[in-house]
Amino acid sequence: MNVTSHTDVEALTLTTTAELSATLERSWQLVSDPRQLERWWGPPEWPSTFVKYEFEDGGRAHYYMQGPDGERIHGWWKFTSIVEPREVSIEDGFADEHGEPSGDLGVTTARLTFEPIDAGTRLTIHSGFESAEQLEEMKKMGMEEGMREAMGQLQAILDES
Amino acid sequence: MVVDEFTDADVDAIFRALADSTRRDIVTRVMNDGISVSRLASRYEMSFAAVQKHVAVLQAAGLVSKHRSGREQIVRGDVTTIHRIQELLSYFEDVWRKRALRMGDVLNDDNRENR
Repeated sequence: MNVTSHTDVEALTLTTTAELSATLERSWQLVSDPRQLERWWGPPEWPSTFVKYEFEDGGRAHYYMQGPDGERIHGWWKFTSIVEPREVSIEDGFADEHGEPSGDLGVTTARLTFEPIDAGTRLTIHSGFESAEQLEEMKKMGMEEGMREAMGQLQAILDES
Repeated sequence: MVVDEFTDADVDAIFRALADSTRRDIVTRVMNDGISVSRLASRYEMSFAAVQKHVAVLQAAGLVSKHRSGREQIVRGDVTTIHRIQELLSYFEDVWRKRALRMGDVLNDDNRENR
């Protein structure tokens, strides 16, 4: 699959484009069906589970990603706009275990646009951040997840021996 | 200015500095090579003092540095600041790239089921 992306430092945005080899309707299910969404949102070592999914304008979602040592990181979405089967815009942030926004690290935005092409469907993702500081903090958190994962693997090896 | 981590004040300064088109133009021009303030001033339809003011704003944000060479003041882009932001965005670029690849995997799975 062909995936391209570029970043805009001044605007703090990034754009990712992917050509999916499936029809527009089929590709749309990747976002409209939470069971399919779960298969790509979180990395394999931090799989995501969506416990609430109100797929409509102004609707909210609550999900968690579970790490190798069982720890859960909760997040919320707000669907700011849905134009079926073409475009969905979300706000994404960290949540408490009940799915209520925790306010930590602010809000990031994503707009996913699907368009039919000869080869199937072109998906364009525009992702936006509030500030360079937010990027720093989120990256640090991502790094910590990676670290915990490595520690978990180490523990698994120790448990086996 | 510490570039490993940005404080709110640093970020404000950077975005205020880059909000002006002349200042963005100056940063682009001095990124690869140092240029004197007087040479920069000759490229814009504004006074030497006005250009110097723009340079001072960029300098305060850590986007350029200024040093003396004989009678000239040379302005040079501070690549570390720009690189730091670029590096951060690249990290999230990778997050979305991997998501897009996993979407492809989900779609490939149904092709396999249909076969």
